[in-house]
Amino acid sequence: MTDETNVLDPLQIAESWHREGRAVALATVIETWGSAPRPVGSHLVIDGEGTFQGSVSGGCVEGAVIAEAADVIDSGVAKILEFGVADETAWRVGLSCGGRIRVYLERIDG
Amino acid sequence: MQLETLQAINAARAARRAAVVVTDLQTGRAEAFVEGHRFPDEWSAVIAGALRSGRPALATIEERSLFINVHLPPPRLVVIGAVHISQALSRFAPIAGFDMTIIDPRTAFATAERFRGVELIAEWPEDVLAGQPLDRYTALAALTHDPKIDDYPLRAALEAGCFYVGALGSRKTHASRTERFEGAGVGKETIERIKAPIGLDIGAASPAEIAIAILAEIIAALRNRDLGGQGGAR
Repeated sequence: MTDETNVLDPLQIAESWHREGRAVALATVIETWGSAPRPVGSHLVIDGEGTFQGSVSGGCVEGAVIAEAADVIDSGVAKILEFGVADETAWRVGLSCGGRIRVYLERIDG
Repeated sequence: MQLETLQAINAARAARRAAVVVTDLQTGRAEAFVEGHRFPDEWSAVIAGALRSGRPALATIEERSLFINVHLPPPRLVVIGAVHISQALSRFAPIAGFDMTIIDPRTAFATAERFRGVELIAEWPEDVLAGQPLDRYTALAALTHDPKIDDYPLRAALEAGCFYVGALGSRKTHASRTERFEGAGVGKETIERIKAPIGLDIGAASPAEIAIAILAEIIAALRNRDLGGQGGAR
């Protein structure tokens, strides 16, 4: 792969961040229902400072995933996050497109 | 996920091999499996299925809840001709996820200064393709306007079932190309798989715009290709 491709590839980024000694969490879309902006298998990579690359939605829920990533980086325990339509609790993050997604969030160990 | 698992996925993709990662969602344990290697018996059916379809999936096996992710190698783009359009393509195609190679025997065109970040080979396509054969995951765009350079790789791409085969040139140029190929015994249906004039019709005028029109046409071919069928380009 060329340098340009690597710049946008979350898994390459996860490996190089880890090599630099940064704590790294990897988020993966594992399930979608209805209209979802990013397909199953999509990745978001987050470091200990909250820097991120990649995406699990169209920018709608990344903020919440990044906040949870700090927890996962601390504890080392993976979690599954679920996001749906922003309904009665309008201040909660949700997907304006009406879909629902499940995201698996884990720490890169080693 | 362990670092070794992540490294195994990245190494497989760099070597243009498909990899499957099976994650146990309860324990968090993740394992990578590379195409062509042996898979554990209880998982071999789901791993083989994921490799075949290219689609990630959830599965429950022996009461374990698993997520199976698939990492296919990036599609390749082989461009014949180190021309002005290729310079623009060498910027756009890698961002769109393509592994790009440019082949042009004319050393005046194929200079490292004009092309950065993509593989550039200043040799005849015949010689290059002998060592790096084309395949169904490859798109080929012939951009030199010169039959001596373009014809061989175009025919090789049709034979290899490349998911996209495009050739630069006017309708008149393509008509004479069609005649030459028919004369050489290439079937009419096969010749019709060549996209010519090349690129989606967006009224592109500048080399950069033509590069975008070509890349858009390649993406359309990639996303609409027949996954189960034998033929590559349609």
